[in-house]
Order: sequence, then structure tokens, then C-alpha cells
Amino acid sequence: MPEISAEQVAHLANLARIALTEEEIAHLTTELGQIMQAVEQVNQVATPDVPPTSHPIPMQNVFRADVVTDDVLSPEQALSGAPERDGDRFVVSAILGEEQ
Amino acid sequence: MSHSDELIRLSAAELAGRLGRGEVSSVEATQAHLDRIAAVDGAVHAFLHVNAEGALRAAAEVDRARAAGESLGELAGVPIAIKDVLVTEGMPSTSGSKILEGWIPPYDATPVRKVREAGLVPLGKTNMDEFAMGSSTEHSAYGPTHNPWDLDRIPGGSGGGSAASVAAFEAPLALGSDTGGSIRQPAHVTGTVGVKPTYGAVSRYGSIALASSLDQIGPVTRTVLDAALLQDVIAGHDPHDSTSIAEPWPSMAEAVRRADVQGLRIGVVKELDTDGFQTGVRQRFHESLELLERNGAEIVEVEAPNFEHAIAAYYLILPAEASSNLAKFDSVRFGLRVTPQGGGTVEQVMAASREAGFGPEVKRRIILGTYALSAGYYDAYYGSAQKVRTLVQRDFDQAFAKVDVLATPTAPTTAFKLGEKLDDPLAMYLNDIATIPANLAGVPGISLPAGLAPEDGLPVGIQFLAPARQDARLYNVGGALERLLEAEWGGPLLAKAPDLSTHELTATEEGAL
Repeated sequence: MPEISAEQVAHLANLARIALTEEEIAHLTTELGQIMQAVEQVNQVATPDVPPTSHPIPMQNVFRADVVTDDVLSPEQALSGAPERDGDRFVVSAILGEEQ
Repeated sequence: MSHSDELIRLSAAELAGRLGRGEVSSVEATQAHLDRIAAVDGAVHAFLHVNAEGALRAAAEVDRARAAGESLGELAGVPIAIKDVLVTEGMPSTSGSKILEGWIPPYDATPVRKVREAGLVPLGKTNMDEFAMGSSTEHSAYGPTHNPWDLDRIPGGSGGGSAASVAAFEAPLALGSDTGGSIRQPAHVTGTVGVKPTYGAVSRYGSIALASSLDQIGPVTRTVLDAALLQDVIAGHDPHDSTSIAEPWPSMAEAVRRADVQGLRIGVVKELDTDGFQTGVRQRFHESLELLERNGAEIVEVEAPNFEHAIAAYYLILPAEASSNLAKFDSVRFGLRVTPQGGGTVEQVMAASREAGFGPEVKRRIILGTYALSAGYYDAYYGSAQKVRTLVQRDFDQAFAKVDVLATPTAPTTAFKLGEKLDDPLAMYLNDIATIPANLAGVPGISLPAGLAPEDGLPVGIQFLAPARQDARLYNVGGALERLLEAEWGGPLLAKAPDLSTHELTATEEGAL
């Protein structure tokens, strides 16, 4: 099992879009190592002949007719929790930074 | 005992009976519970939000409908508390997180809509570990809930608020969610009843998702019959949740009313009957089994060799699914937005918002899940965990070929002290050792009171598990055991709980409020 490094945790934090502090990264690096050590036992029993289960109750794809029903949110309802809006649209910050 | 004191101690079924006979109005019953919340919730902190005005309005509407002779559901007019994981129109829904502080959703979760349509009266929203990640409610961004049996101890989690609210007589019923034990373990430590129905029995639409393949909504109550009545209200297919089961369900309340364990085969899971469980927890567990045996049940030992890997698999599957589900908190459509000093791109704003809005346990699990899903590690971790899931299901299949239901202690210990395990995530995760297998396999489980541990006088629960779709078997065995135990005790276990008004006074005097 590979050791987890602080650089790796910083990379994961970037992928997960959480601006962790240096202190949090240090703390998580230790904890993650301990947790992964505790859970890696799954490898012992997960032999190639065992099929994986993703869903507890076997189900086929569930389809419905592709029509708009009357129980969808109105634009006003959908925008009611937005931190910032412009008319019927959500406002987001710039997609590209100056260096891009 | 005043009239109001008497009303809050009735079971939901008893209160419904009095409402139906016109002996009490829903407004009176609702006001009695609101008064109780005002008196004790400063000490218990089961509620994040109390909607007194809305509750009294809903109660008055039920009273009006009853007076007009309109047809009403069996529980119409009975108050209910709602775990904050369920979105509610007109009431803030935070899932215990700062990132959703003050958010009022534009729609009701399906179980909430169903309880409203059945005439139940929502009192407010209950406390929980942030996004249901925890076993003690200490990970709530709004401070912990206190166990009504001992205010220095945890009420369990993640649904500690719902369990404490019914244990403290602040509500006769509550809704909970169970991803790895969040309904059943709080029931165990608070002397109450909690049921995780079969995966898909209750719609997850409007339940703020933790791990979509494990989450299930269920009842939190003081009696088995009340849990059955509530499950009968909330269960059923919902086109808004494509994983909800389409078949109709038999009445769970009927199963309780006809409860009989004559000839019932009960399997004791050998791997969950070990020294790893507190002495008093095991003692009450075995006494319950002996009582069932004396009343006609057959007790046999069964093996579930892969259960020992269940926690490990769970702590890979849950973070993986959670890291994906929680990506929706992007600071654009709802929730907190934090802009870094001097502005930033949408990605920087999102990272700053999530850094400020998520607590330590949520960050820990998102990072863990992101790691388990990364290229190069996916097969070793997430893939292997899914295989363990198959093995756990096979253990259940083999056991249920021999017995009708399985029995285990619900959790390894009675309620521990607040703060005791907060800095040790792995010790905290072990609380769910007996409850997690059911979530991995999708099978239903119930926890009901089995007594008080002799060594510390704290409540102990017993868990029963049944095959998927056989929830009625849990209500049968649970209803029968509850009746037998209460005959021995001379009343419900919660009658032995300390008087909270005294506790509140002490806490105030000590300046702890």
C-alpha cells in the first residue's frame, strides 16, 4: 500500500475543490494514512471470482416518457436559494483567471 | 401530572385514538409538545429549528377538517419532528452543515409531503451530524445534542436529534435517515425504537444524499406500533426516486397487532456476539433472546464470516459516494458563497466556499472518497469494497435460508461521554459494526429497547434484521418482544428516564446553557 503524502492530499483537495489550510493538510495526511491502513483489508477477500455489487436491490434501468410534467420547479423557485442571480439566471464568477 | 404532561407521554397511537374520539384537539396536543420543547430543549438541543406558528396552523386545520367530518388518516393531528436531512418547504434545511445555513428549500421531500398529507403536524427540524456523517451528533455544525438519559453523553448519530426528541417527550414521532446505522444506533443509546426499512421502501427524493446506494429514510419512535404506523404512511413507490420499490407493501401496523413469535426461527450472528460488546449490552441481548425462546421462538446460531470486513468496505463506499454527492455544493445554485480576498475564478470561489462551509469530518470523508475513486486506486479500493458487498449479501442469503430473522446487539456500548471519541475517527466508526451490514445488503433492521445495562444504568437496544422486502417480520418480532419486556418491567423503559426539568435547572445553575 502506498504511503499517503502531504502533496497527494493537497492534490486531492484541489480535485475536490476545498481550499484546505497547510495545517489541515498535515492533519489529514496522518489520518488518511491510518484510515486507509484500516480499510485495505478489503483486498484480502475481494478475489477475482467475486462480482462487485453497486446497488443493494437488483434493478433494471428505470425509464419514463420524455415529457415535462407539472411538478417541476418554476424559475423563481429554482433561483430562490441562489447566492447571486441576474433575472432568471445564476451568476457565477469568472471561469478563466488572468493567467489563463 | 398536569394534562399537558400526560399528553406528551402518550404514544402516537394513543394520542391518535384520543384525537379521533374528540377527547383532545390537535392544537392542544401540539401546544403541549411546543411547551415541552421550550422547557427542555435548552438542555437537550434536539432541534435546530422549531416552527411553532406553522405547527399550530397545521394542527388547527386538522381540527377543522375533523369537525367538518372529513376523512382523515390514522395519525392525523399527531405532531412529528423531522430530521434536518429532509428538505422542507417553509422550514430551513441544513443537514447539520454551515454550508446550507438558512436555506429554505422550494419543495418538500417525499416522506415530508406524505406525513403532511396524512395530517401529521411537523414541529420542526432535528439536529444531526453534518451531512449525516457521524455516530454522536458531535459533528453537527450547530453543536451536539445531549442524551436525555444523561446530558453529558452522546444521543447517538447521525440522527441524535430525532432520537433525543422522542426520548425527551418533545415529539411522539420523528423521521430519520439511516446510511450505516443513523436511525438504529441512536435508538439503542436513547431507549427508543428506530427502523431502517428495506432499501427503496421509502422514497429518498428530497433527502440530502450522503451515500445514495446506502441511504434510507425511516421512523424514529417510542413504541414498535408507532414505528409501524409511521412506516405505513411514508413507504411506497415514488416516480421521483427511480430506486424506490414499485411493489405494494403490507400493513406494518397489522404485523405489530398480530405479533406472535411461536415457531419463529431467530438466528444469532456469531461474529456479533463477542467480547467486543459491553457486558451489560450482551446480557440484555441474551435475556431478550431467552424471553423470546420461552414464548415459542427457536434460537439458533448462524455464521456471517464476511461481516468483519463490512466496516472497511463501508468506509470506502460511503466516502466515494459522498464525495460525488457533495460536489453539488458549488456556491452557485444554493448555499454559502465565499469570495477570496480580491476576487477569484469560479473554481477558487468554490474551493473557498467549501473550505469555509464544511466541517472537519466532511472534509475528511470527501478527501478519502476522492482518493478511493482516483485512477490507479479505484480497483484496489472502491472495486474491492463492492466485492465485499457481494460477500456480505451472500452471508445474509445463507443465514436467511436457515432462519426467519437475525438478531444482534444494536451497538457495542451504551452511550459514551460527549468528546470521548471525537479525536479518534476509527474508534467512532466502530460504533456501527452491527448496523452497517444491513445497509450494504439493503435489508431492513429495527432496534428496540432491551433494558438498562446493569453497570451504568444506560439504555441498551436489540437489533433484528430481515430479508429485503420482509420488513413486516421485524414488526412482528419487535412488537412481540416489546410486549413481553414491558410486562416484565411493568411499563415502558423510558418511564425510568430521569426527569429532565431537574436536569435543565441544574444545567442553568451551572451556567452550562
